[in-house]
Amino acid sequence: MYNGGKILLGILIFLALATFPFYNNIGKADVEPKPSIDTPAIQKLSEKKCIEPTAFMKAEHMVLLNEWRDLAVRDNNRVYVAGDGKKYTISLQNTCMKCHSNKKEFCDKCHNYAGVSPYCWDCHLAPKEGK
Amino acid sequence: MGALFSFVVVILLILIAYVGVAAVGMQSIFGTVVPYAAVLIFIVGVVYRVIKWGKSPVPFPITTTGGQQKSLPWIKQAKLDNPSGSAGVIGRMALEILLFRSLFRNSKSELRDGRLAYGSAKWLWLAAIAFHWSFLIVLLRHIRLFATPIPSFVSLLENLDGFLQIGAPRLYLTGVILLLAVTYLLLRRFYVPQVRYISLASDYFPVFLIVAIASTGILMRYFFKVDIVSVKELAMGLVSFNPTIPAGIGSIFYIHVFLVSILFAYFPFSKLMHAGGVYLSPTRNLANNSRAVRHVNPWDYPVKVHTYDEYENEFREKMINAGIPVEHSPAITPEEEEKLTEPTDDAEIPVGKE
Repeated sequence: MYNGGKILLGILIFLALATFPFYNNIGKADVEPKPSIDTPAIQKLSEKKCIEPTAFMKAEHMVLLNEWRDLAVRDNNRVYVAGDGKKYTISLQNTCMKCHSNKKEFCDKCHNYAGVSPYCWDCHLAPKEGK
Repeated sequence: MGALFSFVVVILLILIAYVGVAAVGMQSIFGTVVPYAAVLIFIVGVVYRVIKWGKSPVPFPITTTGGQQKSLPWIKQAKLDNPSGSAGVIGRMALEILLFRSLFRNSKSELRDGRLAYGSAKWLWLAAIAFHWSFLIVLLRHIRLFATPIPSFVSLLENLDGFLQIGAPRLYLTGVILLLAVTYLLLRRFYVPQVRYISLASDYFPVFLIVAIASTGILMRYFFKVDIVSVKELAMGLVSFNPTIPAGIGSIFYIHVFLVSILFAYFPFSKLMHAGGVYLSPTRNLANNSRAVRHVNPWDYPVKVHTYDEYENEFREKMINAGIPVEHSPAITPEEEEKLTEPTDDAEIPVGKE
């Protein structure tokens, strides 16, 4: 091989980059997140359901929250009519977080796991926990 | 033709993954076996190709690059275009790899009023650099699915990429730029006659494949909303060699993964290897020091030579008979040699001159 040293150095750099995900995870246990819905407010509910079905909330909650922001802040509309006809007040702090008062055990679990950093808390006050 | 063929192949690949997952239920094949095989082919293939290149000799120092080479002290050298040492070569290589400097010098020629006119053409450079950098950032953003905890530079990239805070999930600019740029590069092949003429299936296929990969990725993030937590579980299972197939991940994810696997497996055997090849481009990685350092052709082998003296010895008689001048008179006998030692030169010196 000609210029063998440089070629091998290049190959080593390539291998180090290409296999990074593999050796980076050696010895690290991957714990899948289990968001907790165990809060006093939820325990009191007779029927433990969110404003929309769980599957919808899981996939579309960020879209819903974005719509809520636009409705509340831009259109001054504070009433959300859910799929089953029930009416809810559009408010992150007073509706969502009233039940899900455990941001760290609920929101952050999946968000941290998947590397999602929602900018809700740039404006909203994060709920006080553990006090 | 090549375009149609490539398009059909990519559609078929999408269908294979879709049918395989949605109808046959081979999630474990498309979520485990295929990605592993693809990564293995990619890594082994790239190493193989680079070693094969490394075994090829460079017979000449190719120094015909633009710019003034190092010369007399009062002649200004173009240090980056025509470097004379390693530092300059590294600089030139960095500009080439990070900024696509050669492509920036792309020019176009056209007939204007019957005369040939040349002009600068930067759109190809713009689309190419937008495409490659976006692709790199998109690739790096995917590390969030392969690492726990997520490295901070990945989070930083995500925040920069989504800083416009459009919609939810946040719109990543690189996804849009990637798709726009690759679409431009595809349309260029369709609509510029000269480029269309030289485009083959091996040019169209990666472009269609990348269009499909970007589209499925965008669909998955903004429209079909696959369960990202399950996706990460699957990805983490792969990289920790403990593969799991969480239930309930949409088919679009498996299509995306299958197409990416095809891209990885196809990479070492295609033009995509320019990613490694650019480092081995002789006009980029050789210093122009041919006046200072002798480049020995490593390719040299013992050539069988036949010198003029040998040739003349072989044909002297015939040459003399035909009246062709010879360097040496007919084979010298020992007696003649004694005479010759006397200081009289033979008649070979032209008469008349001097």
